Amino acid sequence: MCGAKAGGPDLAGIDVATETIIQGSVTRDGEPVTGYVRLLDGGGEFTAEVPTSATGQFRFFAAPGTWTLRALVPGATVDRAVVAQRGDLTEVAIAV
Amino acid sequence: MSRSDVLVDADWVQARIDDPKVVIVEVDEDTSAYDKNHIKNAVRIDWKQDLQDPVRRDFVDQAGFEKLLSEKGIGNDDTVVLYGGNNNWFASYAYWYFKLYGHQDVKLLDGGRKKWELDSRDLVDGSEVPARPATEYKAKAQDVSIRAFRDDVVAAIGSLNLVDVRSPDEFSGKLLAPAHLPQEQSQRPGHIPTARNIPWSKSANDDGTFKSDDELKELYEGEGVDLAKDTIAYCRIGERSAHSWFVLHELLGQPNVKNYDGSWTEYGSLVGVPIELGAAK
Repeated sequence: MCGAKAGGPDLAGIDVATETIIQGSVTRDGEPVTGYVRLLDGGGEFTAEVPTSATGQFRFFAAPGTWTLRALVPGATVDRAVVAQRGDLTEVAIAV
Repeated sequence: MSRSDVLVDADWVQARIDDPKVVIVEVDEDTSAYDKNHIKNAVRIDWKQDLQDPVRRDFVDQAGFEKLLSEKGIGNDDTVVLYGGNNNWFASYAYWYFKLYGHQDVKLLDGGRKKWELDSRDLVDGSEVPARPATEYKAKAQDVSIRAFRDDVVAAIGSLNLVDVRSPDEFSGKLLAPAHLPQEQSQRPGHIPTARNIPWSKSANDDGTFKSDDELKELYEGEGVDLAKDTIAYCRIGERSAHSWFVLHELLGQPNVKNYDGSWTEYGSLVGVPIELGAAK
């Protein structure tokens, strides 16, 4: 597999203006990590979860507000707080 | 029936991985995950291609289920162990199908694919597919005592337990779908009046394993669900509510629990039915 790509997955075919997108990548020492990313809402409740792609990337379609991203990878769990806005791309790079 | 009859851990599967009478079946939301890699000797069931009617919105019928299982080499007396990604959502959905069509011995792998991966257990390359000779599987007629339809749900408002297992933001109407999917949807947002919001995720740990029976009982009772009454669980398309149906019916042994597979994509599109907006009261 090729190395980690900066930023989230390709946006081809996605109407960015109408969605509230949170996306990014999970890396360890600059290399993509196979694992999972969870999206927790403002109250800390689970909202969604995706496996990372072969290039370590993930994407969520959320709503405006404050969220927490939780990366689950073998041997580690990392939380990152994010604020998302409609029509605006929120890019998050998570190093574990 | 006890917890160990319906739920097994990775060591249990590992010890029987080459047993031809134990059929390991992967069912994933991402139906291509199996092509990347999977548990050794696992066969794939595609929840879209294999389990849905190709034209109408409904399940494969009894004959279709028989044909599917026969082709997959699953016999009536085989032990079926289901697992998948996304915390076993679609594996639970398939489990409910197996029960709906009367398969005797079916189990879920606790934690599914995620826990298996996080524990760095072996997976074989996607091209390594087991050769299972075809069977002549005989399904039973659908057991509708575990399946709710829209009229059952409308009649249950204010009388039976309605459990909405979606995330709080979907329940309130802020989101229309789980947040890994685009939000532009045709249905109205909100929830069925009198439904309790008990997200499926509260019944599982971060690694996807189910919480203990005591914790699960406390969860539902703490949210005001009277387990003595009949219960209908729903979500968006019926897969997460199959997971909660598994908790209530299989782990907690509640007899009168149905899964409403039409769920919000049906209810939120019905003309004239009541809808409530806002957070759980």
